[in-house]
Amino acid sequence: MPFDFSQSHFVLFGLPTTFALDRAVLDTAYRKLQAEFHPDRFAAADDAQKRLSLQIATRVNEAYQTLKSPLARARYLLQLNGVDTQEDTNTAMPVDFLMQQMEWRETIADAKTQRNVDELEELNRQLAEEITELTVELAELLDEQHAWSDAATAVRKLRFLEKLNDEIGNAIEAVLF
Amino acid sequence: MLLQISEPGMSAAPHQHRLAVGIDLGTTNSLVATVRSGSATCLPDEQGHALLPSVVHYASDATVTVGHAAQARQNQDPANTVVSVKRFMGRGLTDVADAATPYRFVDEPGMLKLQTAAGIKSPVEVSADILKALKARAEASLGGELVGAVITVPAYFDDAQRQATKDAATLAGLNVLRLLNEPTAAAIAYGLDNAAEGTYVVYDLGGGTFDVSILELTRGLFEVRATSGDSQLGGDDFDHRLHCWILETAGLSQLNDRDSRLLLTKARQAKETLTDHASTQVTAQLSDGTLVNVELTAETLQQITAHLVQKTITPLRRALRDAKLGVDDIKGVVLVGGATRMPHVRRAVTELFGREPLTNLDPDKVVALGAAMQANVLAGNKGDDDWLLLDVIPLSLGLETMGGLVEKVIPRNSTIPTARAQEFTTFKDGQTAMAIHVLQGERELVTDGRSLARFELRGIPPMVAGAARIRVTFQVDADGLLSVSAREQSTGIEASIMVKPSYGLSDDEIGKMLRESMQHASDDMHARKLGEARVEAESILNATRAALTQDGDLLNDTERAEVDAALTSTEAAIAGHDADAVRLAAEALNEATSEFAARRMDRAVSRGLSGHKIDEI
Repeated sequence: MPFDFSQSHFVLFGLPTTFALDRAVLDTAYRKLQAEFHPDRFAAADDAQKRLSLQIATRVNEAYQTLKSPLARARYLLQLNGVDTQEDTNTAMPVDFLMQQMEWRETIADAKTQRNVDELEELNRQLAEEITELTVELAELLDEQHAWSDAATAVRKLRFLEKLNDEIGNAIEAVLF
Repeated sequence: MLLQISEPGMSAAPHQHRLAVGIDLGTTNSLVATVRSGSATCLPDEQGHALLPSVVHYASDATVTVGHAAQARQNQDPANTVVSVKRFMGRGLTDVADAATPYRFVDEPGMLKLQTAAGIKSPVEVSADILKALKARAEASLGGELVGAVITVPAYFDDAQRQATKDAATLAGLNVLRLLNEPTAAAIAYGLDNAAEGTYVVYDLGGGTFDVSILELTRGLFEVRATSGDSQLGGDDFDHRLHCWILETAGLSQLNDRDSRLLLTKARQAKETLTDHASTQVTAQLSDGTLVNVELTAETLQQITAHLVQKTITPLRRALRDAKLGVDDIKGVVLVGGATRMPHVRRAVTELFGREPLTNLDPDKVVALGAAMQANVLAGNKGDDDWLLLDVIPLSLGLETMGGLVEKVIPRNSTIPTARAQEFTTFKDGQTAMAIHVLQGERELVTDGRSLARFELRGIPPMVAGAARIRVTFQVDADGLLSVSAREQSTGIEASIMVKPSYGLSDDEIGKMLRESMQHASDDMHARKLGEARVEAESILNATRAALTQDGDLLNDTERAEVDAALTSTEAAIAGHDADAVRLAAEALNEATSEFAARRMDRAVSRGLSGHKIDEI
């Protein structure tokens, strides 16, 4: 079972090291690797082979999860370029962005209090649009301009939006269930 | 020279068929199946029954009877006839305290045990007796020793329940090739049989457990998108509800164990009759001669069990949400489990999805058949069809952090095998040990989660608070079983355990935990804020105290009094329950010590200039 644990996730799936991603190529490569290395392929093998297949399949899953998510992919790409996104330490965000965040939160809280699922679903849709816009911006910053510092800021923004997304999801569940 | 060439994971002699079976270890019935000449079949006993009732009788001469023979004795000797033992797997005594059972439970730490005429039995041993009977049946039928078995478990089983199942198989002398989730097994049988492609929902209402899984089937790949369920909901609950209704209707109360079991059996039979009849008569003669004779209609059954059917809809919706799918994205719904024969269950599913569910495979057998197909592949008998299965973990895994909070490390519905590492640090200067508490569930507070295991990492070299870097790694294998290891990064000190939980959650708790985690999201949010504020404030307190001990001489009496006052009010705020008050007090303390901090910095720098290393200060 030859496997290079030091290769990047992009190399692992035979993809170019870019933010722009062909999802179909990723999915196909992922399935091909799992078909080769999944522990089910080694159920009758010796313990050392079983352990190795577990480690490889775990890595393949981790790599797939990372590349599948735009946020995780951007963060990983920056990390490969030696840039720390400082998501936990750098909280200095543009004031207008923070104001906008507060508005989002208030609207979500209001809709939740009023148990208005339609409103929450609508917010979900609007947020999805914002996330898409930011993702397009990230592609430009990462793939065209190689503007790592600006890209790191965009990643921190995207993190905020993903959190809002979770909040809307939790609010919908809280109302429905 | 002859070279022996073999594919990894395959037998060196591919022409030789390796005997492997799939076992559905059910709450009510168990089955064993195998693949013969390319197709999966259930292996019957000598009388031709494929279903083995999951019933074990223990006699005083230590004779163990399993299946129909044991079932025949349950009305006479209920206390020594164990039924539905699956409900006790990986559970503690307090979890089943309210369950109406005729058993004498033994109060022991860890998993509960049962006092029988043949001695004390754990649920693992009882399950092992069922598995032994199936193993013997398979070996007699196939004429050889088994290479291994795939055992199915409810998708919503937690780590304790999975581990207990694996232990039972080991105890029965079976080599476990894989623990397979029941709905996934059903999907394999269904998908391969129908060459299905697209997104399917498996609705699996068994005797004691409810699972729902959403799978994407593409050529040769079964990918579980999300799973949810209720590990304490099944056909049994419908029987109990009906049993209570019979008691009310017939004006009975306080039955002895034998009569109670008799009426429960009658209730189950009536429920089964109503699958294709509009009404039925429930008749029984009790031990004191009382005659019970009540009429039950399908409509009444539907009314009195409507809340149970409703309980299956919530997990279904949650799984759809987790998979980010709508009802319209679903190509078909596969019904699994004997309880899905009830017409009103089928109607509820039909209504939700706006289409008739798929029932062309026997809902009692489909899980065992799928398990047999998987066992055949895992044993290395690769046929023409080759497929891969990617499953998920049903419940999030997390660690206790400061302030009684749970830090989620692996979210629910992550594809397995998976591993995640998280770094933690010490909280106090000179701290040399760290307790690691592993939890499963969706709630944010430790007290609301299910505790899986606790262990301690010792021998951390004394460092200032926050300097140690402890990396905790969770590994979930392809059976869905968890192992945890911890390592202090700078010294390489390690601790690891195979999580072997000894204590279970109360019966409804898993489902309840999920529901509550949503309902109490705001409570949790407040508690989390408070917890975080306390942690933050305490670390400022500790740092201030340490600094005062070391450099207290830098302050004059007035300044010292100000700092002390800020310390006291921070302590008081921490003792209270107002997160904002804690935060304000901590900020005030920070403010009050800013001048002090500046003087300490000056002192440190001047010491540094006189030849000390900065990290010695």
